Amino acid sequence: MDLSGQQLIAADRVFVWEKLNDPEILKRCIPGCETLEQQGEDAFKATVVLKIGPVKAKFSGAVELKDKVYPESYRIVGEGAGGIAGFAKGGATVRLEEKSGETLLIYDVDAQVGGKIAQLGSRLIKSTSAKLAKQFFAKFDEVVLSEINA
Amino acid sequence: MGMEGIGAKVLRKEDKRFITGKGKYTDDHKVAGMQYAAFVRSPHAHARIKGIDKSAAESMPGVTAVLDGKQLTGDGIGNIICGWMIHSKDGSPMNMGAWSALATEHVRYVGDAAAVVIAESQSEAKAAAEAVSIDYEVLPAVVDAVKAMGDGAPQLHPEAANNIIYDWEIGDEAPTDAALAGSAKIVELDITNNRLSPNPMEPRSALALYDEAEDHYTLYTTSQNPHVARLVLSAFYQVAPEHKLRVIAPDVGGGFGSKIYIYPEEIVCLWAAKRAGVPAVKWTSERTEAFLTDAHGRDHITKAKMGFDANNKITGFKVETVANLGAYMSLFSSSVPTYLYATLLSGQYNIANIHCNVKTVYTNTTPVDAYRGAGRPEATYVVERMMETAARELGVDPAELRRANFVTEFPHQTPVIMAYDAGDYSASLDAAMAASDYAGFAARRADAESRGKLRGIGMSCYIEACGIAPSAAVGSLGAGVGLWESAEVRVNPVGTVEILTGSHSHGQGHETTFTQLVSDRFGVPTDNVQIVHGDTDKVQFGMGTYGSRSGAVGMSAIVKALDKVEAKAKKIAAHMLEADEGDIVIENGEVTVAGTDKKLGWHEVCLGAYTGHNLPDGMEPGLKEGAFYDPTNFTFPAGCYICEVEVDPETGVTDVIQFVAADDFGKIINPMIVEGQVHGGIAQGIGQAMMEHAIYDDEGQLLTASYMDYQMPRAGDLPSFKVSTSETLCPGNPLGMKGCGEAGAIGSPPAFMNAITDAISNNTLAMPATPQRVWAAING
Repeated sequence: MDLSGQQLIAADRVFVWEKLNDPEILKRCIPGCETLEQQGEDAFKATVVLKIGPVKAKFSGAVELKDKVYPESYRIVGEGAGGIAGFAKGGATVRLEEKSGETLLIYDVDAQVGGKIAQLGSRLIKSTSAKLAKQFFAKFDEVVLSEINA
Repeated sequence: MGMEGIGAKVLRKEDKRFITGKGKYTDDHKVAGMQYAAFVRSPHAHARIKGIDKSAAESMPGVTAVLDGKQLTGDGIGNIICGWMIHSKDGSPMNMGAWSALATEHVRYVGDAAAVVIAESQSEAKAAAEAVSIDYEVLPAVVDAVKAMGDGAPQLHPEAANNIIYDWEIGDEAPTDAALAGSAKIVELDITNNRLSPNPMEPRSALALYDEAEDHYTLYTTSQNPHVARLVLSAFYQVAPEHKLRVIAPDVGGGFGSKIYIYPEEIVCLWAAKRAGVPAVKWTSERTEAFLTDAHGRDHITKAKMGFDANNKITGFKVETVANLGAYMSLFSSSVPTYLYATLLSGQYNIANIHCNVKTVYTNTTPVDAYRGAGRPEATYVVERMMETAARELGVDPAELRRANFVTEFPHQTPVIMAYDAGDYSASLDAAMAASDYAGFAARRADAESRGKLRGIGMSCYIEACGIAPSAAVGSLGAGVGLWESAEVRVNPVGTVEILTGSHSHGQGHETTFTQLVSDRFGVPTDNVQIVHGDTDKVQFGMGTYGSRSGAVGMSAIVKALDKVEAKAKKIAAHMLEADEGDIVIENGEVTVAGTDKKLGWHEVCLGAYTGHNLPDGMEPGLKEGAFYDPTNFTFPAGCYICEVEVDPETGVTDVIQFVAADDFGKIINPMIVEGQVHGGIAQGIGQAMMEHAIYDDEGQLLTASYMDYQMPRAGDLPSFKVSTSETLCPGNPLGMKGCGEAGAIGSPPAFMNAITDAISNNTLAMPATPQRVWAAING
């Protein structure tokens, strides 16, 4: 499954970059994220509750930030197991472009799912993923703006 | 024929309990102390098991045991077998990989069981199964059979290089090539036969009891052939010796082939009952588990070439097929794309030269085995799509091209083993053409066109092989079993009758049809006859029900046993009535002496057999006889189906406007039940052609594992079928029966696809013809 999109954020690029690397901010923005613990400089352990169609499960897994190019882009990759619900793995490339003082965030997501989520929810995965991505970046935008105003 | 004898539409005796919800299926059986099994299944299509952490599951409430594949094989439980040996064309035996009931080192398809939890309740077992943590090293997977044979494809089993199980052939290649080379016209066709999930209404279930004091096992299970299950469980899987294992297949809600096989779950429940030290272990499949683990059907990719001479006579037929057998070889998987498929490639036609090559391939998908029709639908689809395509390319009427090539003299030896014994193919064709008003089609098409619809007509003249099968013949072709059937007729002292049969009814209505044989023979009401089946403690042995064999083989065994009972009853009656044995007539519940008014009630003769007061010298008391019947040939049901559809070019939605079936099943015992079998078969065949498709993504995830994504046919999708039968008797068995259980599913897919490709003038459309595909085919 491939998915891409973009979001214009009313903040400068370096600020956005810092927030994208802040585990506390990420935790607040990732839909269903219950824990996000730093394991190394760019490695995290996460638990996320996801609902795809009829399947609801808690995924626990590892997330890593790779190919970091300050303050332009990184790739976030992860793999999570949701017990009997199956597994999800994938990544997203995130690029930041300056746009007259604001920042255009461009993302390309690729994801694979297996087990019960694939069996029961395959038709819903793309729409669910798009919804989750939208939720993430809307929340991220909101959090970044509130930080600026703070 | 009496009121309830052969040919009577006797209402189904079993329906009272089924319709009132009183059927007793495996999952309805409960015993004290029974625990539940939940399987831990792989979410990956291909992976190595690095470790299994059971600790969390073991400490959960209600959990008795968490067991894995190493414990299973450590206890000496044998690998799952394939019961039919196929040799490749180079003479080498098939390359079979190991299949353990619980995976030990590798999992090879999504759903492959790696561990089992035994717990006091079903919910506790399922919760604990979720807590079993298996560390997988995920390996690359392959789901497409052609790709699986290619260089660099993931390898499933070390025994099968390039994942090829066998490379088999039938017929003579050189003469077929020569015949094609000398043809006036060659027609080529690429065909895909889509993968299906079987979907019986009752999911699979197993209840295994272990009696420690007697060291005895009992298995209630959803089986089409409980005796075969007992034989295989004891002789090959070493679960228990045969005399210490009772297998009961009680009411079973549909099988369609998928309940022939002995699956991992039955083996594991039997083993786990003893291993976990509990009186009984039950497992019942969930629907999604059924999609993942019930053996799938079909999944062939075929290239076919047919040659014609200047007079449109077939000169030769060459077929190359790749069959996907999934991750492991299921019980009869090897025979389906070979001897049950390529032997039917002559269809109803006189073809001097046929050659077929079949490669079977392992992939990271659910195992594939027999499914309603088992090989014959695949063959019929190739032959009948080819005939229709040829008629279009030659510019001749499809009916007349078929008629010109029909086999008309019997017996007829085809170049692919089968010897057709009897048939009248023109009669079925004429009947179907008349019933469908074939001649009036052009007007109906013009009318549809005026309404903006595309109307098409298509036919299929199928032949299939049932009544499997002569034991020596199938033995010589590699079968590990004989395919005879047994029966025992027990006449009680009051004249009521019990028939013990090795056939198994899972929806076919044996409890009605079989009683009609007794009613026909002795004139007793069918209510005085009881059919006993599905229990290895009651019926000594039997080969079960599949391949439309219960009529031609199972009932033939009953007829043989009835012959013996009748002969003895006549001897007793002749002695009692002081008459000549040859003058005794049994009818309408009375035993009379022909030409006199001397008579006895049937019950008086039966009572006489058991009192033993007045029997001929030296005769043993009692009235009970058994028989084994081994068929002399396959039987060859045949017929013609004509389908008419209308397609909405705006949406790709197809309406089946009319479906006509003209079948020749030989002798029919109960026309109502036969009609029901044809209706169900046609619905299943149209389901395959129009909707059903088991789809994997490239990583081996089954995307169609619920009814949200796997579409089954519903009553509203189908018209009222116009069915009729003709009757050329089968010379090979005493009743002249051919079998009707699979014909509908065999004949209907090509008739439907011939109609829809005619409607949209695009012959490349593949099954299932979903609106999306049809729309794309119309709109390029």
